[in-house]
Amino acid sequence: MTKKIYLDYNATGPVLPEVLEAMLAYFTVEYGNPSSVHSLGQEAMEAVEDAREKVADLIGADPNEIIFTSGGSESDNFAIKGFIGSLKGKKAHVITSAVEHKAVLETVHFLEESGVEATYLDVDKKGKIAIDDLESAIIADTRLITIMYANNETGTIFDIPSIGKIARDRGIAFHTDAVQAVGKIPVNVKVDKIDMLSIAGHKMGAPKGVGALYIKSDLNPRPIPLIHGGKHEFNMRAGTINVPSVVGLGVAAEIAKNELKEKGKRLKKLRDRLEAGILERIDNVRINGDVENRLSNTSNMSFAYVEGESLMIDLDIHGICVSSGSACSSEDITLSHVLEAMGVDRVIGQGTIRFSLGYGNTEEEIDYVIETIPKIIKRLRELSPLYKEG
Amino acid sequence: MYSKKVIENFENPANVGSIEDPDGVGIAGNPECGDTIELHIKVVDDTIVDIKYKTFGCAAAVASSSMLTQLAIGKRLDEALSLTMYDVAESLGGLPERKMHCSNMAEDALRLAIEDYRNNHGSKKAAD
Repeated sequence: MTKKIYLDYNATGPVLPEVLEAMLAYFTVEYGNPSSVHSLGQEAMEAVEDAREKVADLIGADPNEIIFTSGGSESDNFAIKGFIGSLKGKKAHVITSAVEHKAVLETVHFLEESGVEATYLDVDKKGKIAIDDLESAIIADTRLITIMYANNETGTIFDIPSIGKIARDRGIAFHTDAVQAVGKIPVNVKVDKIDMLSIAGHKMGAPKGVGALYIKSDLNPRPIPLIHGGKHEFNMRAGTINVPSVVGLGVAAEIAKNELKEKGKRLKKLRDRLEAGILERIDNVRINGDVENRLSNTSNMSFAYVEGESLMIDLDIHGICVSSGSACSSEDITLSHVLEAMGVDRVIGQGTIRFSLGYGNTEEEIDYVIETIPKIIKRLRELSPLYKEG
Repeated sequence: MYSKKVIENFENPANVGSIEDPDGVGIAGNPECGDTIELHIKVVDDTIVDIKYKTFGCAAAVASSSMLTQLAIGKRLDEALSLTMYDVAESLGGLPERKMHCSNMAEDALRLAIEDYRNNHGSKKAAD
């Protein structure tokens, strides 16, 4: 397989070399069960606790506030179902946004089926919610606000500090799906007054299948477990810990903490170079999202007159891996729910590509992409009945 | 996800373009769903002598349009009408299940173009 230019880091990324190296011993040498009393088990336990400290450190939490899970989706389910479950059937209203990841949206939809009320806040053209809308949506029964830290499709960063303050002042629990933000931008759960926060390992150089949920130690009531069984993870999440992956997550968290600023700057430069290069060479392109306030690695662009999946496939043929927000690449026939919520034109929005940069990208790669895309767009536009030249 | 033949027909689709004075025009699909095609035919002696199209759609849609037109050209109208998306999919070495509807669109456009030709054909002759 020829080397690809991978621009889909928001979907997933490679495990960092240092992470992989740290993990290996825990597969074959230090394979103890952390719950075991013998020394092999205790050594594994120490490695897990070391990882716990590192993850806590990355987000400004205490180690005993970090619960390891199988990833972002589990953490989202755990936070939302767990917290609502702790209310023991009392009337509850949840406020979320229309642009959350499906792991949050589908969980809230599911809870609506058993009588929980929900409000899905609209977003503006930039994909942001209006803080006033949030405040207006709060009613006596509002018990949980769950709003993502940064959007996976557009990179738009939400005003988490303001949301945290409102929630804290009103005694409403606040969960944020920070899967795209942790490891990319600074996150501090104390400063931002966050009660629960989801982390996914594979978005930050750790393996797939591992993540964490931060739960503020004095959150009251405490979420009930999703997974019952042994007393693992402070009695909150049963199941023998995936030691190698958790160790990997810890190392990735430490690397992220040390490199956050530099990495952010580097990726911003590359992303801005990519965007400028494309906008210079191709007309009828629009950028989706809050351009001034988004993740530095993400660029969501709609190319008029072409369809996203064909663009994505053509890019793939040229060795470039991206994601598309178009209909035909998913199961639905409409735009992605995020683009729909942002009011992106339904036809232009069909030609949407998400570029999300990361660890392995270089200037040379970006330049190749800038040189290649115009040819592809030209061909697809000439093929399209919607494009009239001149 | 796609077969070699689909990729070939996507990278180098046959019969792309438009006909200056088409005998029949068929437009199918819906841009809002990410899928639309405009297909032109030239008919002599009840036979498709030229066929061109433009497609806005996924790789399967482009490849299907390319393959359908290759199957249809030179056929008599009734023969062409009996072409189905399964013929197209088979000639392409198969399409993923959820992409079958993309090949449907090209079939629709051809049918509409032939209908268009037949509806006008009578009045055209009368004008001559």
